[in-house]
Amino acid sequence: MNPLAIRATGLTRRFGDLVAVDAVSLSVPRGSVYGFLGPNGSGKSTTIRMLCGLLIPSAGTVEVLGLRIPQQAEALKHRIGYMTQRFSLFDDLLVIENLEFLAAVRGVPKAETGARIQAMLREYHLQDCAQQLAGTLSGGQKQRLALAGAVIHRPDLLLLDEPTSAVDPESRRDFWEKLFDLADIGTTILVSTHYMDEAERCHRLAILDHGHLVADGVPADLAAALDGRVLKIVCAKPRQAQAQLLAAAGVLSVAQIGSELRVMTSPNPALRDRLIQLLAAAGIAATVAPTRPNLEDVFVAATHAPAAEQAA
Amino acid sequence: MNRRRLWAIMVKEIRQLRRDRVTAAMIVGIPSLQLLLFGFAINLDVRGIDAGIVDQANSSTSRALVQDLMASGVIVERERVATPAQLQDHIRSGRISVGVIVPADFERRLAEHREAVQVLVDGSDTSVQNAVRQLAQMPLSDARASPPSAISVLGFYNPERRSAINIVPGLIGVILTMTMVLFTAVAVVRERERGNLEMLITTPVSSLELMLGKVLPYVAIGLVQTSIVLLLGAWVFQVPVRGSLVDVYLAALLLIAANLSLGLLISTRAQSQFQAMQMGFFVMLPSILLSGFMFPFAGMPVAAQWIAEVLPLTHFVRLIRGIMLRGAALSDLHHEVIVLAVFTLVMMTLAVRWFRKRLD
Repeated sequence: MNPLAIRATGLTRRFGDLVAVDAVSLSVPRGSVYGFLGPNGSGKSTTIRMLCGLLIPSAGTVEVLGLRIPQQAEALKHRIGYMTQRFSLFDDLLVIENLEFLAAVRGVPKAETGARIQAMLREYHLQDCAQQLAGTLSGGQKQRLALAGAVIHRPDLLLLDEPTSAVDPESRRDFWEKLFDLADIGTTILVSTHYMDEAERCHRLAILDHGHLVADGVPADLAAALDGRVLKIVCAKPRQAQAQLLAAAGVLSVAQIGSELRVMTSPNPALRDRLIQLLAAAGIAATVAPTRPNLEDVFVAATHAPAAEQAA
Repeated sequence: MNRRRLWAIMVKEIRQLRRDRVTAAMIVGIPSLQLLLFGFAINLDVRGIDAGIVDQANSSTSRALVQDLMASGVIVERERVATPAQLQDHIRSGRISVGVIVPADFERRLAEHREAVQVLVDGSDTSVQNAVRQLAQMPLSDARASPPSAISVLGFYNPERRSAINIVPGLIGVILTMTMVLFTAVAVVRERERGNLEMLITTPVSSLELMLGKVLPYVAIGLVQTSIVLLLGAWVFQVPVRGSLVDVYLAALLLIAANLSLGLLISTRAQSQFQAMQMGFFVMLPSILLSGFMFPFAGMPVAAQWIAEVLPLTHFVRLIRGIMLRGAALSDLHHEVIVLAVFTLVMMTLAVRWFRKRLD
């Protein structure tokens, strides 16, 4: 069996003059939770829609679960679950009616439908609101119902477009536990997000910025690649220090975290001493020490890359 | 085509419709209200126009003339005044629409074959004006001696010339056009607006299943509406069904199918419910005005007739009047049947083709 669930090369989508997705190449291994991290408008939704045949790519080739997309998109639709950013089930149907409808249209065998719906209600903690109109559910309940509806036919691939943007942190944590349960039984999951903590939990991660794929790998590896480039600066006047640092060559970004400054630099071992001197010259006493890079640093480094090239 | 998926969509549609109280009320409310409004309010025979009389001659001949005028029923005496100027004042104030002036020298004018009687008409309502102009054709000179009018008009099928008889059959078509086009167009566009469609197109549901599943429940609704109009028409206005009732329902089915496919076509183009409504009205107004439902087809300019020939309602009005009033069979009217069937086929094909299971 092909070890890859999704293979895309040179995937491009233009809307008029706007290039929403520009030559993105991806490989998603089967059974993994694969994350798409990027700001709004970075091309995450467009990419996901191209992968399941809802949008036709302007260029590039896509193969999903061994099927060529968009030519074989209809065959793919039997094997995927898709959860939209916005709640897209029927507000004016009961929870149980929504599940009945989705079981029928997604092809759950008729004999198994009743048991499957009960299992879904149990699994996603929806028993108490089974007879409630979907429109009256809370954000977290709606999201669980949407997920239950997307996996009721046990799809091989689950595509989730910012599934947690409208729910509280507690519901988000539960939601991710469910995703790992699904991955555990062999479901490949592609999930887009703009939350760092969610991105950190993925098996693999792709970072999109303005339609470009700017980083792709295991989150911990991506962070490790930045070792030595992140400095923690403790000083008395962080605001003034920040202004000084931002003007210095080789500094990509400065973020204040509490009373400390977190500085992302270009890869240059001599830079640390230069920055100490710079701050001393400005009359600011500071301690500057390397710190462990995290995913936020990966994101900043990846999305600031073009700016750094201009500076150099 | 998968029967289970088709059935699931129909069940969903019916469940949603049942919870939508307003729409459910409209299904029954629109036909009932329209029937009563059109049946009672639209009376194309103008009768009982308020008139004022000035009889300055006040002779037996002039009194007989005024009586003859009243006997037609077109005008009814409301005021009797002394001078023509008073009549004009009453017309201006709207108390009367017609003034009849019989001058003092009435009998001498008659003898000299000059204009003997003057009729003043409030011209701001053309139908009143037309009715009174017809009234003026009445032979005036010495009513007893003059021969009866050379041409007699004999009304077939509606001898009492009751408007309701002409209006009710066509009204079935008007109501089906109003509700069916809008219901379907809005039903599909609403799902697009609410984001349901983005989810539906990621499922194995095909365009044809989705279209048919949405449309079939409305076919049943259309037949219910047809029954309401037929029942109320028979009960309130004694409108007869001279042809076969089966033919009436078959004709209604043809129009329902035509309108539903048109509604679906609109839904593939409209981006919002508001746009869908606008497009619906764009079809509805010409349908009502040009189909022959209100104004006679024969009197329309050729260009308007061409437009009318494209509208399903035109063909339905011919079908249903033929069946209900003239007792014709559907097979006598096969031309209209074919036109409606072809219209449905073309619209449905375009709708299924234009409805993309994609977002671009």
